[in-house]
Amino acid sequence: MQNVLVLRIIFGLLAAVIAVFSVMAVCTRRILHAATYLLFVLFATAGLYFFLNYSFLGAVQLLVYAGGVIILYVFSILLTNTDREEPLPLFSLRRWLALLATVGGVALAGFLLLSNVWPQTELPVDAEIGMKQIGHTLMGTQKGQYLLPFEVMSVLLLACMVGALVIGRKRS
Amino acid sequence: MEPVVSMECYLIVSSIMFFAGIYGFITRKNLIATLISIELVLTSTDINFAVFNRFLYPGQLEGMFFTLFSIGVSAAETAVAIAIIINIYRNLKNVETRNLKKLKD
Repeated sequence: MQNVLVLRIIFGLLAAVIAVFSVMAVCTRRILHAATYLLFVLFATAGLYFFLNYSFLGAVQLLVYAGGVIILYVFSILLTNTDREEPLPLFSLRRWLALLATVGGVALAGFLLLSNVWPQTELPVDAEIGMKQIGHTLMGTQKGQYLLPFEVMSVLLLACMVGALVIGRKRS
Repeated sequence: MEPVVSMECYLIVSSIMFFAGIYGFITRKNLIATLISIELVLTSTDINFAVFNRFLYPGQLEGMFFTLFSIGVSAAETAVAIAIIINIYRNLKNVETRNLKKLKD
């Protein structure tokens, strides 16, 4: 019972971090601060994956986002030298329409989520997935195995690496 | 067996994150800030994949692998988008969205 309470408090902390920092990331004027808040949100998302017992997914999230994507963001913010965004006027039509659409969307999504009846499953919902099973699923060619998407992903990453080099190089 | 936190809590958290991203995508004027908003939207869908997999079909792995591939695709998208943004900065000396139509000239 004590354990369940501790786990619920941890989930509440992660959820609060995600909610607060994702709103702050889209509201702050400094772009560098927005990138930092995005990093906090991604860390908390990795925490949610660990909380769901998807340890491999959480590790990938930490590696790819904290190690790669955020560094790219920070470098591009510093390279483009635009740390401060000019403020949108407080009473612009676009801001209020966006706010209306957002609040309406959250209300609609929340209503649908809470009123829907989800199917129940008999299986235990907190079993850790072994690394061996993940490896076999990623590298197999049978039904429900993912060798082809894995290879397509590698071709996609190669193509976008070449594309980023071609687009970003200096023309003499 | 009753799970510690019900599925709706995860989904509400991810929907807050999704709509924060939508709001930022509409209102931000800087291209990098827009890209940060898109990243929020993508991550919230990743959470949904993992949560549906865990709570509705815990015997299978589809949602987990969709999340894995989605993380890879969004990293690729970020790399190309940032290359484009740096190239725009070289041409226009700023990255505001309202100046982008100057690129046609």
